[in-house]
Amino acid sequence: MTQNENRNGSGRKLDDPVTVKWILRVFYVVCALLFGMDFVIHRHVSHDMENIPGFYAIYGFVGCVVLVVVARWMRVVLMRKEDYYQDSAENSDADNDGSDSGQVKEVHRVDR
Amino acid sequence: MWTADLPPFVLFYAGVLFALIPSHRLRAFAMLLVPVFGAINLVSMSSDASLQMTLAGLELTLLRVDDLSLLFGYAFHIAAFIAILYAFHIRDRVQQVAGLIYAGSALGAVFSGDLLTLFIFWEMLAFSSVFLIWARGTERAFVAGVRYLIIQASSGLILLVGIVFYWRSEGTLAFDFIGTDSIYGWIILLALGIKCAFPMFHNWLTDAYPEATPTGTVFLSAFTTKTAVYLLARSYPGTEQLIYVGAFMTCFPIFYAVIENDLRRVLAYSMINQIGFMVCGIGIGTALAVNGAVAHAFNDIVFKGLLFMAMGAVLQMTGKINGSELGGLYKSMPKTTVLCIVGAASISAFPLFSGFVSKSMIMSAALEEGYDWIWLALLFASAGVFHHAGIKIPYFAFFAHDSGIRTTEPPTNMLAAMFIAALICVAIGVNPTLLYNLLPYELGYTPYDATHVLAQTQLLFYSALAFVWLNLMRLYPPELPSVNLDVEWLYRKLIPGTGRALERSVSQLTAPARDIHWNVDVATKLARLGRTPPSGQMVTWVMILLGAGLVISFW
Repeated sequence: MTQNENRNGSGRKLDDPVTVKWILRVFYVVCALLFGMDFVIHRHVSHDMENIPGFYAIYGFVGCVVLVVVARWMRVVLMRKEDYYQDSAENSDADNDGSDSGQVKEVHRVDR
Repeated sequence: MWTADLPPFVLFYAGVLFALIPSHRLRAFAMLLVPVFGAINLVSMSSDASLQMTLAGLELTLLRVDDLSLLFGYAFHIAAFIAILYAFHIRDRVQQVAGLIYAGSALGAVFSGDLLTLFIFWEMLAFSSVFLIWARGTERAFVAGVRYLIIQASSGLILLVGIVFYWRSEGTLAFDFIGTDSIYGWIILLALGIKCAFPMFHNWLTDAYPEATPTGTVFLSAFTTKTAVYLLARSYPGTEQLIYVGAFMTCFPIFYAVIENDLRRVLAYSMINQIGFMVCGIGIGTALAVNGAVAHAFNDIVFKGLLFMAMGAVLQMTGKINGSELGGLYKSMPKTTVLCIVGAASISAFPLFSGFVSKSMIMSAALEEGYDWIWLALLFASAGVFHHAGIKIPYFAFFAHDSGIRTTEPPTNMLAAMFIAALICVAIGVNPTLLYNLLPYELGYTPYDATHVLAQTQLLFYSALAFVWLNLMRLYPPELPSVNLDVEWLYRKLIPGTGRALERSVSQLTAPARDIHWNVDVATKLARLGRTPPSGQMVTWVMILLGAGLVISFW
């Protein structure tokens, strides 16, 4: 165990901000290269949209941002306390009239 | 030793006898041999084997072998072997027996050539698998298991109704393509849809699977839904409605997956997303699409199993599974981390991993048939699945902020099971002909051309870029201890709540009147539906209903 920790301490410092920065830099370069390859490689397309340079890159990026933005919005509406369903079992009179007493109140504060 | 052409379920059901072995090591070893012998039996089976018997004047087909049933047969044997190996250290006989019967029932259903045999295995799937959930031993798991059983049994009853209609109209129980031209076609489709986690019927999956034992979930992830997918592929290929149902299934769960905290529940949502791809492919119905759908089912069994195994290992070793409580585990579980990443890469359909070679077939088929919007939806879902299953799962469990948890790798048998699954993911990804040769239709499809590879790589890298950017901008929703409302709210909150309100108002308004006791009784029963305790009664009722169903069907 201690040996394991030592090895982690010296070898793989994935927590180290410097390492993270370098990993990200390499990642950005790869992303840029992939985008550039659209202009080099001739692809045989089966759909007009695929002719847009970087279509897949843009679609992937925008798609994921939309996904997360919508999901954050869903949280405001749908998120409840962890024991939301248990509550109803134990104190059966707590919130049976459909009131949102189980709502997580501090959504916006926590969810920076 | 055994006669050729033995229906595969027989070996698994017979394997239950191994539970009598007192030494737990020997017992586990014997159980592990069951899928091995099963595979030998399957491989040595003649390509058109069949076994028929007559029961009370009904022609039953216990064994129907063709390319489609064989493909799922192989997949289920692999899944059973991996799951049993993963559970090798378990001493609980209930789980061992339930696992064998469950796997055997799935095989029984896949190889059944008539609807009555199918119905019996359909119900056996439900009854055996629920023990894998109950075995967790918690109150939560018990109640979730009861809800699971009720929904699964309802699917069985609906199937039975459909079968009766089918029988009266067709005069036979043998089935192949059914389609939706008839009323029984729709009824049977509904029954399959429940087990297949169609939208609105999907909540049993996300409710129950994450409550099962770490090893139980691995079994669960392989069999029930894939049996339903197999039946859709056999009986409903080319049903256009399935395209839209499937596309919707690929999209809506990913939103839930992004905000879900329980990582095994994230995987359950992503399972619906993957089944959506299969349903969509079956709906398109061309040779390429159906091939893609069943190939994806095969791959999903392996990589989803691998991801559930990795998360099961985390749960087993740390006792925690919520993203909000985990992080930094790569330091103490490096092997599990790597294996999990292989599973994540496979489900995300990275080139050289198994998901790529099957998912691209479905996407290509959607484009070929001119379903542009569906194609865009599937593309969005592909980016989304990478976002939540490919990045979120490994990131929040093994990296992210260090939770301070220090543990060890899981037992060797669990690692070995994960390793085998990872090996299959890579082997199929690198050499897709391994899988393509097993597919039901002939086709010349090459996943590895520059166009496909570049497009998919761009999609995935820029999805990852979005993740990085959102994290840097602090826009990514943090993991929070919470539950998110879904369709289950209807039967866990609204109906019980209404029941309680009714109970109260009725008892207040009419306290003296004695003859409305019946109403109170109904209200009380409604109130209990989503609640915890008196579920034993409900199970009894379901059992009685099912028993009655069985008796009627034989008669």
